[in-house]
Amino acid sequence: MEAKRDGEAGGLLEVRGLTKIFGALTACDRIDLSIGRGEIHALLGENGAGKSTFVKMLFGALEPAAGTIEWKGERVSIPTPGAARRLGIGMVFQHFSLFEALTAAENIMLSLDEKAPIMQIAERARELSKAYGLPLDPFAHVGDLSVGERQRIEIIRCLLQKPDLIILDEPTSVLTPQEADKLFETLETLRDEGKSILYISHRLEEVKRLCDRATVLRHGKVVGHCDPRQETAASLARMMVGNDVEAVKRPADSAGAHETLLEVTGLNRPAANPFAVPLRDINLSLRAGAVLGIAGVAGNGQGELFEALSGEALQDVAAAVRIRGKAAGRLSISGRRLLGAAFVPEERLGHGAAPYMRLSENLLLSRHATDGKTLLGPLGTVRNGALTAAAERIVTAMDVRMSGANPEAAALSGGNLQKFIIGRELDRQPAVLIVNQPTWGVDAGAAARIRQALIDLARSGSAVLVISQDLDELFEISDAIAVMHDGRLSSPLPIAEATFERIGLLMGGAAPEHHVGEAVETA
Amino acid sequence: MRLELVKRPQRSALFSTISPLIALVLTMAAGAIMFSVLGKNPLDALYYYFIDPLRETWSLHELAVKAAPLILIAVGLSVCFLSNNWNIGAEGQFIAGAIAGGILPVVFPDFQNGLVLPLMLLMGFAGGAAYAAVPAFLKARFNTNEILTSLMLVYVAQLFLDWLVRGPWRDPGGMNFPETRDFHAFAILPELMPSAGRAHWGIVFAIVAALVLWFVLRKTLTGFEIRVLGQSPRAGRFAGFSAPRMVMIAFLISGGLAGLAGISEVAGAIGQLQPSISPGYGFTAIIVAFLGRLNPLGIVAAGFVLALSYLGGEAAQISIGLSDKAARAFQGMLLFFVLGCDTLIHYRIRLAGRAPTARGEAAQNV
Repeated sequence: MEAKRDGEAGGLLEVRGLTKIFGALTACDRIDLSIGRGEIHALLGENGAGKSTFVKMLFGALEPAAGTIEWKGERVSIPTPGAARRLGIGMVFQHFSLFEALTAAENIMLSLDEKAPIMQIAERARELSKAYGLPLDPFAHVGDLSVGERQRIEIIRCLLQKPDLIILDEPTSVLTPQEADKLFETLETLRDEGKSILYISHRLEEVKRLCDRATVLRHGKVVGHCDPRQETAASLARMMVGNDVEAVKRPADSAGAHETLLEVTGLNRPAANPFAVPLRDINLSLRAGAVLGIAGVAGNGQGELFEALSGEALQDVAAAVRIRGKAAGRLSISGRRLLGAAFVPEERLGHGAAPYMRLSENLLLSRHATDGKTLLGPLGTVRNGALTAAAERIVTAMDVRMSGANPEAAALSGGNLQKFIIGRELDRQPAVLIVNQPTWGVDAGAAARIRQALIDLARSGSAVLVISQDLDELFEISDAIAVMHDGRLSSPLPIAEATFERIGLLMGGAAPEHHVGEAVETA
Repeated sequence: MRLELVKRPQRSALFSTISPLIALVLTMAAGAIMFSVLGKNPLDALYYYFIDPLRETWSLHELAVKAAPLILIAVGLSVCFLSNNWNIGAEGQFIAGAIAGGILPVVFPDFQNGLVLPLMLLMGFAGGAAYAAVPAFLKARFNTNEILTSLMLVYVAQLFLDWLVRGPWRDPGGMNFPETRDFHAFAILPELMPSAGRAHWGIVFAIVAALVLWFVLRKTLTGFEIRVLGQSPRAGRFAGFSAPRMVMIAFLISGGLAGLAGISEVAGAIGQLQPSISPGYGFTAIIVAFLGRLNPLGIVAAGFVLALSYLGGEAAQISIGLSDKAARAFQGMLLFFVLGCDTLIHYRIRLAGRAPTARGEAAQNV
């Protein structure tokens, strides 16, 4: 292999032939990987490539079917996460497991193997947070903290166990660019102390910037080890996907007067529960042919805005939301769909799709009101033939990969299910499409396809609203970007004027709205 | 050392299908052990329980009499359970239906014509539905726990019936026995084949209800709505379905069917109101619903199995002197094994190592 650091200061972790089989699927197929001390090692791969399965075996959450793990030169077996922690392997999960009603210190205490008084834990957490530049108040309630701060709790909780190897699963997916920079500094400090990091990401730029070595997985197999600094983003992507990822094409929006398809005026929504963000005076207007991106750090009201727009939460004033000119604020989600709107929520399983229902049934989920004529028969019977045919049409159009015909939604990988859910709405040719996190946790190939589909829909005369935490994505597809912070929405910045820095500052809440408004006017 | 349930990556289709049968076999095995402990020959006991009642026509009719209310109630409960509404109060709704339907023959005994029976059945359905509407409204409006409210209303209904038949509705010519006057001829649910046995139209209602609900659940958008709201409420809301509306619908259907079962029982099998009109049909129907896998057609089969356990209990009591409580124990074991088999289809048991690490794992594995 091309790796330069092999053997340097002795390998920390040496994995050989690690294999995991689920039924007919070989999720990990004889994976070899070695990590030296003081190394940041990237694990790259599309969704469903086996990254999570591999990491779960290292962390003792899954049992390998074959293969060996050598830790500090000794062969070990890791039956439980507790065993992994005792060896010195720590993990920061992509989805945090924190109790919102408890404080940071209490959450940390719950996960420690040893019993220690809360004050002592808080003190140690404070020391660590100072040492690694991770500002954190141990007595703050998690419910009041931003996602970035919650991640810091997870990292500190992991560091408290004094691990030699820290596994980070997609850590920057929830951070502002500025927060991500801070995290990189922390990781570099840890590396300089001789700790090793296994860094899972699909963001090639940050892998190039941060990581010393990379292992690329595809379809459960290692396709190569490389030094990401010697590679280009395109060459890394090619290794991950197996062929070139087509760049998303954004043809110019045809100029001229387009009718406004979605208009939101003075939308307010009180917080539905103690952990929700109230929406304050949201205004936006979206015309045919355009993609409007809404950026923002998670938990600043994006979910609440989506529910308000979709009709899952009704408005007090009908005119607060207008779809194709009609006041829709008092209409249910079905009523809004009948006006020509379509919605794709953030959570795929359990919100956008019912996990244990088949794809054809999941098609019915969002289409029964608008496509009653074709999908339903007399007496409200469901026409299974028409459903299956429509589901197959979507599967073909969006290139959804699955095992067996018409599987349950939960059996699909995240990317493939997302392609199906987006395809389900595109299939209707909606006039207005509102999408929350279209490519969250979706592999590069599928993400490119989804983004292209969104642009194509807009250019064919629809209005597309994309809520996303992925700035690269928004810059790729949007004609203008607005930022949500603390339940407020900034004025949109035309894409030509938007920069990472400006958007990043708005995401952090640094610049008040009227500044942006002025900036747009003066531009 | 500690037991842990670990989710299986895949459910076995084979075991999902035969799990009710496995549960039945396990129940019989456990029952045989119970009988030997009670000092009876287990083979004899099982014979009287499960074979003897099937040997004669009249007792097959008895089986239908017992199965009718169980099936009627259980198919209604399947709608509730599938939509994640835990109606435990079918016994109370059964009694409410019997009381509401009994108003005509008891309070207006002189109103005698062909309209009486259809009206009684309608009032029975309405009475059960109205009684179920109470926990449903409380859940839909105030988010109360329907398990508690529906269960507590069972005791209210039982005591109310008890008071009625001892008080205002007591038969004036009944020598002070706590029971109402006998229903007049127009108020009696006819027997299907009077010469052969006592089976009445209740079993027909039960099978029709099962067929209709099978069609609704399997073939219609409403059935889809019920299942989606039960499995993933948020996806159901995204689909434009209303959870509070579904709470009302599910409770009204199951309450109505329990009420219909109640009036069919008193107008068919008993012929008057008494302090106690049900050997726990409303609770046993919960077992029927699960043994039938919440599928109305499966419930028809399961209804006969549980009806057999009632009859077998009586037979075993008479012939070998087993306590009538044995039948209840039998039913309880059956529910235990059905739920146990279902759980083990989805999960496997793992012996976990040292307990102290478990807390941390649980927190991290969420």
